[in-house]
Amino acid sequence: MERILEVKDLQVSFHTYAGEVKAVRGVNFHVNRGEAVAIVGESGCGKSVTAQTLMKLIPMPPGEIKKGEILFNGEDIVKKSNKEMESIRGKEIGMIFQDPMTSLNPTMTVGNQIAEGLIKHQNMSRAAARDRAIELLTMVGIPQPEKRVEQYPHEFSGGMRQRAMIAIALACSPKLLIADEPTTALDVTIQAQILDLMKELQKKTGTSIILITHDLGVVAEMCDRVIVMYAGKVIETGTVDDIFYNPQHPYTKGLLRSVPRLDLNRDEPLTPIFGTPPDLLRPPVGCGFTARCESAMRVCQEIDPELNQISTTQRAACWLQHPLAQNRAGS
Amino acid sequence: MDNRDTLIEVRNLKKFFTIGDNTLKAVNDISFEIKRGETLGVVGESGCGKSTAGRTILRLYDATDGDVLFEGKSIMKLNHQEMKAMRRNMQMIFQDPYASLNPRMTVGDIIGEALDIHGLATGQKRKERIQELLSLVSLNPEHMNRFPHEFSGGQRQRIGIARALAVEPKFIVCDEPISALDVSVQAQVVNLLEQLQERMGLTYMFIAHDLSMVKYISDRVAVMYLGKMVELAESDALYEKPLHPYTQALLSAIPIPDPEVERNRERIVLQGDVPSPMNPPSGCHFRTRCPKAMPECAAAVPVWKEVEPGHFAACHLYN
Repeated sequence: MERILEVKDLQVSFHTYAGEVKAVRGVNFHVNRGEAVAIVGESGCGKSVTAQTLMKLIPMPPGEIKKGEILFNGEDIVKKSNKEMESIRGKEIGMIFQDPMTSLNPTMTVGNQIAEGLIKHQNMSRAAARDRAIELLTMVGIPQPEKRVEQYPHEFSGGMRQRAMIAIALACSPKLLIADEPTTALDVTIQAQILDLMKELQKKTGTSIILITHDLGVVAEMCDRVIVMYAGKVIETGTVDDIFYNPQHPYTKGLLRSVPRLDLNRDEPLTPIFGTPPDLLRPPVGCGFTARCESAMRVCQEIDPELNQISTTQRAACWLQHPLAQNRAGS
Repeated sequence: MDNRDTLIEVRNLKKFFTIGDNTLKAVNDISFEIKRGETLGVVGESGCGKSTAGRTILRLYDATDGDVLFEGKSIMKLNHQEMKAMRRNMQMIFQDPYASLNPRMTVGDIIGEALDIHGLATGQKRKERIQELLSLVSLNPEHMNRFPHEFSGGQRQRIGIARALAVEPKFIVCDEPISALDVSVQAQVVNLLEQLQERMGLTYMFIAHDLSMVKYISDRVAVMYLGKMVELAESDALYEKPLHPYTQALLSAIPIPDPEVERNRERIVLQGDVPSPMNPPSGCHFRTRCPKAMPECAAAVPVWKEVEPGHFAACHLYN
């Protein structure tokens, strides 16, 4: 399969008055063409910083890409200048942000916000761009698009704003769509509409999607593969079936056990993960999950495990995978 | 459950807000009861009136009409002094653990304030009680002199719980207590709420939009839509056999964390948004989005009816 995006050993830090926060600490992953990949993890695990770095949207300073490559269509995004990035953002890579209330410009009509990218990237005339904006609004399911195109974001409901944002992100038919918690701020019935829409559009346009979310239900519904992040690192990756039915890392298992399921009886108590993620101002030497891990061994505190191949599709970074720990892993 | 006595009885409760020339019917004629020791879950989408209902039951808002009885006694006609005494019985845990704790007060004083207001403890006893409450919610008692910003979201929500428990209430309205927290931390807080309920015989009204979590924690669940209650049933009955088309759609909209189940699932996707509560549709408020709407749905408001024993619904399909 053709790889549209490949991230190699990405390291991102923020320089704060308190010191260097190592938000992303050596992340490797790839996205194939036409595939939907989920990045999951708790707040502060680096999933949003990773996504924003792909578009070079992190403010620099205080942010800094310390190391690594982001190969998009074979070209390294890390080396691109701001000017060059302008022709990638919105054209090659689209982004849907979490909060539709604050990510639209309140002083511009929705139509102009959609047309902006078309005029800039595809040299469309104003009139053609406006027509295309109406088409896009129709495509994302906004009723009366001719009227809506002239309206401002405050005249839209939350679900409609998120649809408008999807229209903006898809305006120039990007090859990659990054959706950062696209439905977190929405009600479940609206979430179902938006997820349906994204799936349908993906089928139609063949766009690859990176979906950042903490809702494992959304992952099961939308995605082909899953990347689990913890404390700025990828700790497990595999197909949705690998991750949901055969999780290897104790953190992945913990995440799955801590959510109640609508289709199961409520007799089983929830098993929370105790404690909180480590402070990335002073990242731990060994595995970042050691302090919260029930199966932690001495080696976990001292040496950070590498991502080990579990099967052709699944990899996990945990010392329990080491041959010497096999008898422990069985328990 | 049936042999438990009724702790809270809500009768035809209404709460309207006047906005300019319009009236927003946030809560429009809801009636139900909560048994002692029970958890009643209330679910619905934003703007359905679930938080307003919770606040009106505690008289944080004055009701437009209707009555709320606590242990058989109306709280709507209590004067200021009597209401203050009544508040020892009924407390609230708020949604946002960042906004609901005063950033300029220490955790000890935040919890202690409840003790001071009701004159429950002073001096050394006050300090001991605060430390006891902190241990009760699994926080370090030595941290009583710290400020809220020194705690994580989950820990702050524990402080909010300790504050509610300080006056030894019988009834607590939990208004989306976990929606601002990470999934791994949500389970911690929910387990804590369940343990406390078991230990202290607490009664909860648990307001949330996360139906999986509400199913998990509640004995009975009420579903609200645009200020009206549309269905109320035992938790398992509601999830196994939802009667109201809105409940059916709501349950079907929730993604299940199991790829195999998701691949084989038929989903009811509702069209459109929730209509403005300022100007709700006539008859049944849900009819504009309802896949089963009939002519009579526009004509008359459906009656609240016990369709099966203990299973209430307001829908013309069951008349």
